[in-house]
Amino acid sequence: MNSLIDLEKKINSELGTKINSSKILHNQIYLEIDKEDLIDVTLFIKTDKDTKFRQLIDITVVDYPEKTERFKIVYLFLSHEYNQRMILSYNISENEVISSLTSIFPSANWMEREVFDMYGVNFKNHPDLRRILTDYGFEGHPLRKDFPLTGHTEVRYNEDQKKVINEPVKLEQNYRNFDYESPWEGTKYIKDQTNTNDKKN
Amino acid sequence: MTKKIKNLNLNFGPQHPAAHGVLRLILELDGEVVEKADPHIGLLHRGTEKLIESKTYMQAVPYFDRLDYVAPMNQEHAFALAIEKIMNIDVPIRAQFIRVMFCEIGRILSHILNVTTQALDVGALTPSLWGFEERETLMTFYERASGSRLHANYFRAGGVHQDLPAGLENDIKKFCETFPKIIDDLENLLTDNRIFKQRNVDIGLVTKEDALDYSFSGVMLRGSGIAWDLRKSQPYDCYDKLEFKIPVGKNGDCYDRYLCRIEEMKESVSIIKQCLAKMEKGPIKTFDGKISPPSKKEIKQSMEALIHHFKLFTEGYRVPKDEIYTAVEAPKGEFGVYLISDGSSKPYKCKIRAPGFSHLQSMDYLIKGHMLADVPAVLGSLDIVFGEVDR
Repeated sequence: MNSLIDLEKKINSELGTKINSSKILHNQIYLEIDKEDLIDVTLFIKTDKDTKFRQLIDITVVDYPEKTERFKIVYLFLSHEYNQRMILSYNISENEVISSLTSIFPSANWMEREVFDMYGVNFKNHPDLRRILTDYGFEGHPLRKDFPLTGHTEVRYNEDQKKVINEPVKLEQNYRNFDYESPWEGTKYIKDQTNTNDKKN
Repeated sequence: MTKKIKNLNLNFGPQHPAAHGVLRLILELDGEVVEKADPHIGLLHRGTEKLIESKTYMQAVPYFDRLDYVAPMNQEHAFALAIEKIMNIDVPIRAQFIRVMFCEIGRILSHILNVTTQALDVGALTPSLWGFEERETLMTFYERASGSRLHANYFRAGGVHQDLPAGLENDIKKFCETFPKIIDDLENLLTDNRIFKQRNVDIGLVTKEDALDYSFSGVMLRGSGIAWDLRKSQPYDCYDKLEFKIPVGKNGDCYDRYLCRIEEMKESVSIIKQCLAKMEKGPIKTFDGKISPPSKKEIKQSMEALIHHFKLFTEGYRVPKDEIYTAVEAPKGEFGVYLISDGSSKPYKCKIRAPGFSHLQSMDYLIKGHMLADVPAVLGSLDIVFGEVDR
């Protein structure tokens, strides 16, 4: 499709119930779907002659630990033919297993491995789901919001054992995260206090 | 009599000069033919994306220098553009030209490194000696503009950190006059060189279809004959005001990718020349005091400027809640930033899309059935830098 508005119409009419919401922003089209429809939607946008999203740019996850459907899985597509970009997303809860795109896009292989490594999201039908960026034998999923920035373990060379060992992190000074909210509006705890006071009044 | 022959597993790297950094490549060999390649990456993983989540937008810029460390400013560009798009910041025209000029310098930096080390991998020593001299000159330009040869930290949302020092424009102009001669010298050494051609022609072939399926971008895509360049198709900053050509390969082998890079360097020189010619004196960052810090002189005289300065360097500026993907044509391909802001002064999520990650992934597909000696040639033509692959 030549314009994003046409594309949005086309996708909404062809895929109808599979699209939960769509919007156009920053010259890109954002789609929200259900996790079951991933394969259908991807196959359609890849092969249809009016969409031709032939390239999977990236797969990533956004973590919202306070929500019940904790992870938002995001797929970025690019259509060279029509020079358009699409951002496809859906939400899942922590222990759900989602389908792999490796049969449609071979490049999804490493991207899904990275998602698995960084967020602990599991894929079914993935040919080779291993950790990719972290160390051999690493535990935890670093990009989750509840994983501390300083990590859990640190490595050093042990002179006695003559090998590199893993130890719990020891910090000389705890990691500090300053609250730099605007003093004009008050720091967070003052704002919370005024908010509750306002409600009381 | 039958003899059982077992395939040989070979560890290529992590300490190998042709691995271009810290790549551990596990090769399964049948005699000298590679049956399977399994790259193990992550030895340079520093958790850039996690770190960015805990820094303000301005503090996050230096992390981008450390991704693809042979062309640092191109990465910063993607991040700056993402913030500018969310906040609707207009970048002054001089700043746009400065940014584009330094991005093209970055492209030359990266391509020199790649072309010459690829030649080194297949046995030619001289090109790297000649090329690195030019890289040194280019890095002094970086240093004069930003104060640092490699980790520039120069681009800001809304412009650049500071104006170019006196005389730099002239020196870059002089470089543009002398540098094409160096490219010609490199070409004399390599382009028609019998050994170089034997090692590269018809090696690591990529078809158009596979280039798309494997998420290739940049030279890897153009080398296979797909005319696609984000500078042309989705122009950012002032690229639409400049004239340049996009070299496209025909066969999709290592040799075509080498030729593309050489031609791109020539185009980059022409872009730099045009930038210098069109650049006029003027502001180099947005005037919005809520985003760009005031000058030292203003701080001395104006209370407001002092407050702004203090707020910008403690709290940082706030970016409204939004979600965006922005990509630039980095020397290695499409470098993108997927940014989610939540209205605070720190990004909620910043996913970095590195071109090298997808390229290295295809190693198994590219090398299957080739000889062991072709591994460095293919790896060289992928243009891998581990800073960005591992992030």
